[in-house]
Amino acid sequence: MHLSVLTFIIALPLLTGIVILLLPMSEKKAPRLLALISSLIALALSVWAYARYDIPAGGYQFIQKVDWLPALGISYHVGVDGISLPLVLLAGIVTASGVAVSWNIEERPREFFSFLMFLAASVFGVFCSLDLFMLFFFFEMAVFPKYLMILIWGSPKTREYGAMKLTLYLFLGSVVALVGVLAMVFLSGANTFDMLALEKAGFAADFQRLWFPFVFFGFAVLGGLFPFHSWAPDGHVAAPTAVSMLLAGVEMKVGAFAALRAGIMLLPEGARYWAYVILALATVNVVYGALIALVQTDFKYVIGFSSVSHMGLVMIGFATLNREGLMGAGLQMFSHGVMTALFFAIVGMVYDRTHTREINRLGGLIKVMPMAAVGFIISGLVSMGMPGFSGFTAEFPVFMGAWRSAPIVAVVAVLGIIVTAGYILLVVRRVFFGELPENMTGIIENVSGLDKFTIGFLSLIMIALGLFPSLMVPLVNSGVDRILLILGGR
Amino acid sequence: MGISSGNITPILSILPEILLLILALVVLGLDLGLKKFSPALIGWVTVVGLIFSAIGGVMISGHQSGGLYIWGGMLRQDAAASVFQVIFITGAALTAFFALEDSKCVSAEFYFLLLISTLGMCLLAASSDLIMIYLSLELASIPLYILAGFHYRETSSVEAGLKYMLYGAVASTIMVFGFTFLYGFSGTTQLYAINAAIQTGQIPPMVTTMAVMLILAGVGYKISAVPFHFWAPDVYEGAPTVVAGFISTASKAAGFAVLLRLALTILPVLSPYSPYLLAAMAVASMLVGNLLAINQKNFKRLLAYSSIAQAGYILVGVAASNNLGAAGVTYYLMAYLVTNLTAFALAQVIGQANSNDDISSLAGLTQRSPVLAFSLLVSLLSLGGIPPFAGFVGKLLVFSAGVQAGMAWLVIVAVLNSVLSLYYYLKVLKIAFLDHPRETPLIKIETNSWRIAFIVCLAGILILGVIILPWYGWSITAASSLALY
Repeated sequence: MHLSVLTFIIALPLLTGIVILLLPMSEKKAPRLLALISSLIALALSVWAYARYDIPAGGYQFIQKVDWLPALGISYHVGVDGISLPLVLLAGIVTASGVAVSWNIEERPREFFSFLMFLAASVFGVFCSLDLFMLFFFFEMAVFPKYLMILIWGSPKTREYGAMKLTLYLFLGSVVALVGVLAMVFLSGANTFDMLALEKAGFAADFQRLWFPFVFFGFAVLGGLFPFHSWAPDGHVAAPTAVSMLLAGVEMKVGAFAALRAGIMLLPEGARYWAYVILALATVNVVYGALIALVQTDFKYVIGFSSVSHMGLVMIGFATLNREGLMGAGLQMFSHGVMTALFFAIVGMVYDRTHTREINRLGGLIKVMPMAAVGFIISGLVSMGMPGFSGFTAEFPVFMGAWRSAPIVAVVAVLGIIVTAGYILLVVRRVFFGELPENMTGIIENVSGLDKFTIGFLSLIMIALGLFPSLMVPLVNSGVDRILLILGGR
Repeated sequence: MGISSGNITPILSILPEILLLILALVVLGLDLGLKKFSPALIGWVTVVGLIFSAIGGVMISGHQSGGLYIWGGMLRQDAAASVFQVIFITGAALTAFFALEDSKCVSAEFYFLLLISTLGMCLLAASSDLIMIYLSLELASIPLYILAGFHYRETSSVEAGLKYMLYGAVASTIMVFGFTFLYGFSGTTQLYAINAAIQTGQIPPMVTTMAVMLILAGVGYKISAVPFHFWAPDVYEGAPTVVAGFISTASKAAGFAVLLRLALTILPVLSPYSPYLLAAMAVASMLVGNLLAINQKNFKRLLAYSSIAQAGYILVGVAASNNLGAAGVTYYLMAYLVTNLTAFALAQVIGQANSNDDISSLAGLTQRSPVLAFSLLVSLLSLGGIPPFAGFVGKLLVFSAGVQAGMAWLVIVAVLNSVLSLYYYLKVLKIAFLDHPRETPLIKIETNSWRIAFIVCLAGILILGVIILPWYGWSITAASSLALY
């Protein structure tokens, strides 16, 4: 039987998770080693797929299809295009870094790494799905790893609240989207969950306008669209470092990606009808998220709200429905994923050593952990959209697209970027520069070698994409071609 | 009426029922004749016999394509009947194994009553005549009243039995009252003949609607749907846990078996409002079950309210009254059987170790027994409809049917309710996985039979959740056989 590389990428973490769970409880080292090996192999496979993808040919590649329930048109159907392949790569990168920064976790390591692997399998599965049933299957599969990881390893004060809020919001968003999807499958007479078949279904315009908001806004909850965003900061802050990285870095892209794939690409007429609503809400995301981040006193909440702000740019890019905007959104999903993973990794490293996240009680950390400071500054520059970093490559097209479709959105959203610069610089100055507080002098250790390696690895990716946009732009462009074809070549 | 003899004899076509009856007598005989044998032997004999009976059911189901009317149209042995019979017998076999862990339940009388109740359910699934429906419903219910009170030294158990019986008696009386209307309208008690008689449209729809409501009251009690659910929390809490598990799964499935047959045959003809009545019951069950479950302190009561809510989800599939809906209901009931039996088996052993059923005494379960903690996770998430567990597929199918039938609003209510339900399932998981145990008596499992049944249930949850095709095939065959008339 023909096996796609994507099948290996999905199955590997899944099987690793099961194997780790079956290890004896006393085993402390084997779980992390297995998780690291497995996530590195998954990363290598996704790099391989990335390199082997045939850009001129475009479309879905590495396809594999196995019937699951033919009577309802349900199948195990995987494949990637120019939009989803960078996200598969992103999931590989963030998973491997997440394992690396969790290396010294002491409480129940067996369950921790097992759940982390399940979470990774879930996001790989969603990004590779060409079948809506499979998409939901993999997405919902992550419910218990997410919930239990925040609950058991999260920060004690808010973990119960954060875990419950995040899990219920994400579940709510996905089941609302499910109703829309069921309508597409069963009300239209298409009777298949296969996305490639549904693309050609040609739903009536009224039908699209009615059901588009269910699918799009349902999934957009996962992507943190205003006003359904409040799970994101609370959940990310409550979560342990690796989970924050995966949730903010990858899981929010799952929502955005599904909103694009099942919302905009399957119901293009609905997308045109609702585009201005999405633009308006997403603009609020950008500005409001940045303003709230500005006034946070908790280091981790700053990053949590910055994610909300940056995901707004992705949504703006989608809603422009033009080439520049969609390409920018595709790049921004990747760039923000790497950036926010690095942010959360460094926040975690700082917290592990200082045991506080209060910005006012931190300072001068560049003296004791220079590498972390440099990494944070690089992420900050990406976040501000500085040329030479991936943020610029991604955000500039979004603004171009927005200018073309709704200039006022571009103007307001650019203001959001100014606020972003404000809070990033403020945090950098207060946390990393100035004087080290007296109670911390002499007892704070530098970050470990593995941490340094992770910081360097993630920083390099963002710089490389900033200096050589051609590493990803043609690929994403080929994915956008297909979306534009569906949208009717605007 | 289309009564045909088919290619197997009437006697042979009720082979599972006959085997059940023989088995019940054997169990009684063993008790009388062989006092010196260990009581556990009776449990094993029961399970082996049930397996034979299930095999008999599967064998004869291969011999009929459409429906085969037997005994003058009293029974209609079709694929739906066979599939449901396998569900009941599986439930009874698993319950028989779980019961061996409860020393107060290990006796010949227990197994005899269990088998007779199962026999009633099997007949109920095949009943195609109002009189037969009533008789087999009573045959299924009366042993359960005794079983609910089987821990007769505990007042709560006796109270449960009594309560269950009083509610049951009233509900079935109301249902019979509804049946009298049908007989009055049509002059026949044969289900598939009533249609033909009523389609002439001589009777005012308000009268027929009233008859439908009366019948729904009787069946609604059996499936513990709101507003006929009041018995459920008290009975689940007071009855022996194994019996509560059986009542909440097999007995509920029996109620749905007859409701499905009614919904696909006479209800739409009798009253144009019947889909809305069913939908209203679904909405009420989901809302009441989920809202009241949130604040429960007792694990068995929580499961009771959760099972009321589950009845609501399943009713979405019944209200859809289409092929996919009937298949979804069947699939859901299979999934629900293994899932809820797992949950009740956990409640049983944890309750025995703690000598109470409080949710707070689940604290630190993951330290006391990681395997049981993960089983709890599997069963509760399956109840919540999370993949890769069985409940996800069941929910997806009934919701699909709802959308297909043009009841998208009902499905929206249902999915919002499943978010609500996830809240209290996760709260229980939080207690089991995060909180520190107050006391740590070891959770001991004495019998291998309990372990075997437990593993079968867990495997069932996973298999029904991932390998969908064969079970969906059964369900859709069952669904199509119901609609043939």
